[in-house]
Amino acid sequence: MFAAPAIILLSAFLLAPFLVAIYSSFTDQRLVPNPNLPTEWVGFRNYRRLFEDESFRSGLIFNAIFVLVVVPVQTAFALGLAVLVNQKLRFRNVFRTIYFAPVAVTMVVVAVMWTFFFNPTSGLINAVLDTVSFGFLTPERFGFLNWVLDQNGARAAIIIMSIWQGVGFQMVIYLAGLQAIPNSLYEAARIDGASTWQQFRYVTVPQLKNTTIFVVLSTTILAFALFDQVEIMTQGGPQDATQTMILRLITFGFRQGQVGLGSALGVFYFVLVLIVAFAQRRLLREEREIA
Amino acid sequence: MTATTSSEPVTSPALEHEAAAANRRRVLIGRLITYAGMTLLAVFFVFPVVAMIVLSLQPNETQIIADQRTIWAFIPRAFSFENYADIFDRDGVTRALFNSALITVVTVGLGLVVNSMCAYALARLQWIGRNVVLGFIVALMIVPFQSVSVPLLLIVNRLGWLDTYHVQIVPFVANPFFIFLFYQAFIGLPKEIEEAALIDGASRWTIYRRIIVPLSKPAFATVGILQALFVWGSFFWPLMVTRGPEVRPLPVAMQVLFVDPQVPFGDVFAFAAVMTMPVLALYLVFQKWFVQSVASSGLKG
Repeated sequence: MFAAPAIILLSAFLLAPFLVAIYSSFTDQRLVPNPNLPTEWVGFRNYRRLFEDESFRSGLIFNAIFVLVVVPVQTAFALGLAVLVNQKLRFRNVFRTIYFAPVAVTMVVVAVMWTFFFNPTSGLINAVLDTVSFGFLTPERFGFLNWVLDQNGARAAIIIMSIWQGVGFQMVIYLAGLQAIPNSLYEAARIDGASTWQQFRYVTVPQLKNTTIFVVLSTTILAFALFDQVEIMTQGGPQDATQTMILRLITFGFRQGQVGLGSALGVFYFVLVLIVAFAQRRLLREEREIA
Repeated sequence: MTATTSSEPVTSPALEHEAAAANRRRVLIGRLITYAGMTLLAVFFVFPVVAMIVLSLQPNETQIIADQRTIWAFIPRAFSFENYADIFDRDGVTRALFNSALITVVTVGLGLVVNSMCAYALARLQWIGRNVVLGFIVALMIVPFQSVSVPLLLIVNRLGWLDTYHVQIVPFVANPFFIFLFYQAFIGLPKEIEEAALIDGASRWTIYRRIIVPLSKPAFATVGILQALFVWGSFFWPLMVTRGPEVRPLPVAMQVLFVDPQVPFGDVFAFAAVMTMPVLALYLVFQKWFVQSVASSGLKG
């Protein structure tokens, strides 16, 4: 049977743990069970404890900030880059190659490199800011320029490096979308006397609606999964400013061995992703009905 | 603007000439601004990688600290492989490189076979429960791995799988999204060749191997590249299931190295370069495929 290996693997390593996650989120299951204390049914206690956990709430806040900043900025940036490298220019393939290259660099490496650049005293970024502003932009004057040592600075640092790494991916998806737009639409617009900006506004943007829905929602889902760069750069600090849901998940489920609590967080995270996925289907269906 | 000026009625040839020259000048200036902007963006996207390589070649630690905030982070003034020699002397670094390579190759190799076979069965064979399985796979596409990671940790712990290679391989072989990508590719293939082969008495297995696989090279490249990038960079799961250096992959080894205050910066840069260079080299050689992989990942649904 051709499909058997995949079905067995998916059942064992995705479906089964998913069902276990739902079940154990209602128990006090531990990673290393205590033989004297049998695992008990605890109802919604894990979910209650989750929302009573201050660090988890901080995680929700930073995840929300991250989504609200990264999704629009990265989407707009990716569209801009795609339009730039879609022009008939010499060397456009060189530019495409360069803009996409960060996608091939592992996130952990990216985070390590940017930690060096964001160092408040010995890092490149503050040296550049200091030089271009003739000594005005200094960490002494602006607290956030202490980057990973400052609450807002740490958030900004993680957001900047995440966009650096992720934007090339979305650029390529937009590029595919741009190339699917029939040229006749632009010709018709030009005959009607539309300027370059008007062509962009009234032909490109509406034609890319489905691509945009996909890019926005997949970036949102990835933004909820924020983990690697935070673990390397700040471990959620300072004072939980860059705490995230998945950082709490690994703390509960792995470091503290509280499988029940970790599973509850996993289920909550799944519900969030489910909501986003349904929003995407809804938006795409509306689009089809209009068209 | 440019489109309207050329359609305006022009009276004399001299004026026409002047207008055309002004137009050309405007286009040229526009071009220059575009190129300047694009070059600036290119600098933004390459500088971390360039700095990583340049600083990894500098053996003098105090020089690295001084150089990393100046232009010398980008212009090599030392060409020494001392840092590279250092990190390969360290316990676990060569091992981590081997581990990551092994895990990536085995996962992708098995993944290509398992996922494409499943997709073939869904796209071409008639069997009871096919639609149920298809629905099941589409539904599983939205279950994020992080959601199931904690119970999966419980399961693999009970199985005694911690600190092994297979705990990093087996759960990631089958992937509903990759099955779906293959499924879409196979649905689009013409049926006639297969029907002719069936009449000639070829088995389904022969058809899959001799017809489907060769005709779907782009799909295989797409899935292979996406899965390899994902496995090579994987950090979250190995952090939970590897404790010692024996089976530890590169990203976890990188974190261990990075948080150790005893490790010189030069070594960290060299290690980062070792981790990045193989993937970047493959990217530069097979760019077209990389870009296509990502583009097709966006064309679903």
